[in-house]
This record gives sequence, C-alpha cells and structure tokens, in this order.
Amino acid sequence: MIETTNLAYTYNGSEALVFPDISLTPGKHLLVVGPSGAGKTTLLYMMAGLLPPEKGSIAISGTELNSLTRKELDKFRGEHVGLIFQQYHFIHSLNVSDNLRLRQSFPTNSNDKRRREELAKRLGLTEYLHKKTNTLSQGQQQRLSIALGLIHRPKLILADEPTSNLDDVNCVKVVNLLKEEAEICESSLVIITHDLRVMSHFQNQIKL
Amino acid sequence: MKLGYLAFKNMVSKPLNLLLSLLLLTLSVALVTFVLQLSGQLGGQLNKNIAPFDMVVGAKGSPLQLVLSSVLHVDVPTGNIKLKEIATLQNHPFVEEAIPVSYGDNYKGYRILGTKPDYLDSYEASLGDGRLYQKSFEVVVGSSARSKLNLQLGDTFISSHGLVESAGEGHEDHPFEVVGILEPTGTVVDQLLISNLESVWEAHDHDGEGHEEHDQEGEHGHGEHEDHEGHDHEEEHDHGEHEDHDGHGHEEEHNHGEHEDHDGHDHHGEHENHQEDENREITSLLIKFKSPLGMVQLPRFINENTTMQAALPGFEINRLMGLLGAGASTINGIALAILLVSGLSIFISLLKTIRERRQELALLRTYGLRPQELLGLALMEGLFLACIGFVLGWTLGRIGVWGTSQYTQAAYGYVLQVRGPEPMELYFMAIILALAFVASILASLSIFKLNVAKTLSDV
Repeated sequence: MIETTNLAYTYNGSEALVFPDISLTPGKHLLVVGPSGAGKTTLLYMMAGLLPPEKGSIAISGTELNSLTRKELDKFRGEHVGLIFQQYHFIHSLNVSDNLRLRQSFPTNSNDKRRREELAKRLGLTEYLHKKTNTLSQGQQQRLSIALGLIHRPKLILADEPTSNLDDVNCVKVVNLLKEEAEICESSLVIITHDLRVMSHFQNQIKL
Repeated sequence: MKLGYLAFKNMVSKPLNLLLSLLLLTLSVALVTFVLQLSGQLGGQLNKNIAPFDMVVGAKGSPLQLVLSSVLHVDVPTGNIKLKEIATLQNHPFVEEAIPVSYGDNYKGYRILGTKPDYLDSYEASLGDGRLYQKSFEVVVGSSARSKLNLQLGDTFISSHGLVESAGEGHEDHPFEVVGILEPTGTVVDQLLISNLESVWEAHDHDGEGHEEHDQEGEHGHGEHEDHEGHDHEEEHDHGEHEDHDGHGHEEEHNHGEHEDHDGHDHHGEHENHQEDENREITSLLIKFKSPLGMVQLPRFINENTTMQAALPGFEINRLMGLLGAGASTINGIALAILLVSGLSIFISLLKTIRERRQELALLRTYGLRPQELLGLALMEGLFLACIGFVLGWTLGRIGVWGTSQYTQAAYGYVLQVRGPEPMELYFMAIILALAFVASILASLSIFKLNVAKTLSDV
C-alpha cells in the first residue's frame, strides 16, 4: 500500500531527519512512535504528498508520488489519502454536515448522504450534524476530525495523534473505529502517536 | 458540494465585513445609475419636447424662460405678443409651420393651452377617445393629465387663473368640456389640456372687465391704455403715423389692417370680429423652418427689428444641459470615488479573510483542491459581492428615480420612467466586476505561496 525508501528531510539550520523505510501491504497498519521533534509529523506530511521529501521516494498503491505533476498529486491525495490532524481544521462557515459533504465532493464529487449519517452515528455526531463546528466540544471536534479523514474511504489513512484529547473510553472507541473503517475499506492505517493507550492495539510499530 | 456554495457561505460568515463592502458598493452604484438615468431621461425628454420646433417667438425677456414656458411648459411666460405682429412671420418663405399658443389658466395645476390642432400634429399626438375640439371651451386632454385629474369624456371643469394651482380665481362662467382624450406621446402634450385659442381669449375677455389687477390682465389693460391715450408707442413706431390717421378717419386702415385706436373702443364694448383678431394677443409663436436659412436669418431679424424676441429651443436646451451636465459630472465624480473606496474595501476585507482562513485553505488543499481552485473561491466571493452590490445599488437608484419622479411630476408635470437596465449600466456593471476581479486577485496572491504542511501544523 505504501512504501518509502531512504526518506530524509532537513529543516533550516538543524540536523537532517532520516527516516526508516516503511512498507505496508493493503489492510496492514502501522504505529509510528517517537519523542517530540523526531520528525513524526514531517513523515506524515511527506507520506501525504504535502511536503516533498528532500531525499528518497514514496509510493502509494504503486504510484510514485515524485512522478506526479502538482495537479495530479493534489487529485491523488484528495482521492486516496485521509488525513486526521493533531490540530483540528474545519471550514468554520459550514456546519458539521456540510463539512463532511465538502470532503466527499472533492475530488470525486460524490454526495453520499447515507455514508455521512452512518459515520456520524458511529462517531456519536448525529445530533451535531447541523451545528457550527466552533460550537463543538474538544472531543466532538476530534471525532469530526476523524470522520473527515474517513468519510471518502481513502486507501491510506494518516492520523496524527488522533486520541490525544479523548478519555479512555472514547480512546478505545476511536481506535476500534479506525481499525474497523480501515478493514471495511481495505485501507492501511498509519497512526503517529505517543499515546501509550494506543500502542497496545497495534503490533506493527516503528520508533523514530 | 459546489465551490460556489462554499464561497457564498464564506461571504455571509462575516456579516459586518460584508455589510461595509456592500454598503459602499451599493451607494456608488445607486448614485451613478441615478444620475445617468436622470440626465439621460431629462435630456431625452427635453429633446423630444423641443424636437417639433426650431424657433419660438415671444415677448422680450430671457430666451431660456421663453423656451421653458412656451415649449416645455415649466416656467411662466415672458409676456404676450400681438397677433398682428406675427402675421408676416406666418407667411414668411422660410417658415414651414407657425403655431400660435396662448395660455394663462390651469386646472388643478395642469395648463390649459390654447392653440391650433396643428400643435397636436407636431407632436404626433393622436386621439385615443372622443374627438378634437371644434368650438371654444371644448378641450382635449393629455394622457397623464387625464389620469391624474381623473377626467372622462363629457366631464366639465372650471379653470382657474394663473399657471399654478390655487393661484387665481376660477372662471366660473366658462366651464371647459372634455371632448377628447389623447394617446400617450411621451412628450409635454401628455401634461396639457388643449383647447382652441379663442377659449383662452374669451375666458380672459370677460375676466378683463373685472380683474385688471391680475398680471396678465394688467399687461393687457396697460397696453390698451397706452393705445388709447398716446400715439407714441415705441414698440410700434413704424406704424405710428397711421394711428393718427386712423384716429381721424378710416382711409388707410384696411390697407394696413391696423386698428390701434379701436383698442380703446373695445373697452366700451365695441366688438368687431375682424378687429378683435388683429388685436388679440398670444403668448408665443412656435415655428418650424422650411429652410435652414431661416435659422440663420430670422432670429436675428426678429430680435433686432421687432418688439418680440426669438429663441432657439435647441440652443437654449443645450445651454441648460451644459449647466446640468456640470452638476451631473460632479456627482459622478463623487460616485466614482466611492466606487474606488468600495473596491479597496473589498480588497482589504478579502485580504483579511484570506489571512484568517489560511488554515482552512490549507485544509482544502489536503482535500485535493488546487491553488487555482482556491483562487477561484476567493474570486467568486468577490464577484458575488460585486453582483449583489450592483443589484442593490441599481434597485436603490431606480427607487431614487421613482421618488424624484413623484417630485418632478408634482412640481413640473414631468414624469421620469423607471426603466429596465440600459446598455450604459451594463458597461458600468462590467467595470464593477472588473474592479472586484482585480481586488480579489490581488488579495488572493498569497494562496500560491501557501505552505500547506507548515500552516496546518501551526497552532
């Protein structure tokens, strides 16, 4: 599903970050752990095609990201990658339902209402569908953020600290949900975390 | 979901920004379209009203006043002229048509104009109902006057003296009867009640006996006294010698067709139709030239050699529009300044929102939107605003025209039409869209420099 080779990135004036090679077959998951500053988020953005790697290459489902034009890369990412951010990002002028609808409509222009309702139900967001995003609680925002990463059934789900704001009960729920969704869509899940509660749920782990 | 929906939602999510930008835009559009309409319609209507006539001959005074009063019917007349003075003009080889008009009365503020039926033909006014006037105190009614006064065929009304409502007493003994109703012409005819010349004379003959203190009658009476007492009329010095003879005998009077001394006798009740006609006064004579030479020679001749003055409506109206035009360009200048400020306000407000929404834009990039599409989003927001502003401003401008029309109709009997969009306004809309386009593009350039990964990681 995703393969990286010899990835490295250097921020201005600091030591080069060198990443271990990753190789995931479809449906397999990976947990990336490591201390702050080890380059976890950098790795995630590189895998999402948002940050071009300084060295090395990334292939998703056999497509070499380097070989794509910018336009193709944007389309490819929109279609195949689901991102769950550490900081929540929503379109604040839209309500919860419209945020999900917006994510569905790019770049494939689908408008699957059942999918939205089903996902909202599983994430406990049904009654908030018509609320503005800035009226949601932290936990609700996190769940919406997860929903936005899953709604379009991406091949690769990249999650950056998806459980950091959740209590134990919700943490387990979210981890199970991510795994379930990944299974249904035959997606691969890459989770970056330092949350010990998550680690026990995944065998496949690398440390930066 | 369409990007347009998102652009719309983004736009209305900042109501105060929206309000400010819209207000400025609406105001400038309203001003520009209002002034364009006003000057266009006024100019158009004036030109339509003066079109049938090349020259007006009336009493000495301001030529503009003569044109305003006798052609456009908005001002008071400069005075009266005698029928006999214009006899030569009516038969002049350069003159194709000469139509005498006489007025001095109104009904509820609408002027009663005494003239020949040729007047109606000049404006191509046709009867919608009824017939033309055939005898005195029969009147045909212009379409606007008819609907405002709510007159029907067969209705009678009593005119009152003067040109403004309630300015004078009524002529109770001579009620007018409505015998015809004119089709709308879009000209001054729509505002008039038109009768024959004799109606105006007869109403005033009877009036004259009792009400000499009135302006019109006063002039009239004064003129008669002059004739009666002395024979030194500066206005008529070329005929002065005959008057003496006339006084003694009647040898030459038929040759010259002049009966000055009989004016005095009129007071004593001697009415001879022939004499009356010659001594009658009209307010002015409207002339259409047969040859352009008339335009060159006749006004000068009349102004230099007679007691009357000749005014050229085209020239006077051009002069008037020149004065109004200066006012219109000032207002247009102000409107354009507001327009620039509104463009600036769109620019600043978009610049601000794009900065505030950097993270949202970065998020949209992760959804697969290209920078060009994000630019399109900002552009749509700017153009939406411009369109809404234009429509609101245009509507406000038309409401202004409507409001002004209420005033001008009450004060001058001039109706301004509330019209649909005009080509000039579509050009103006294009200018506004271009302005919004440029402002949006300039404000959105930072989208291309957006560092998605960094922006999303910023707390």
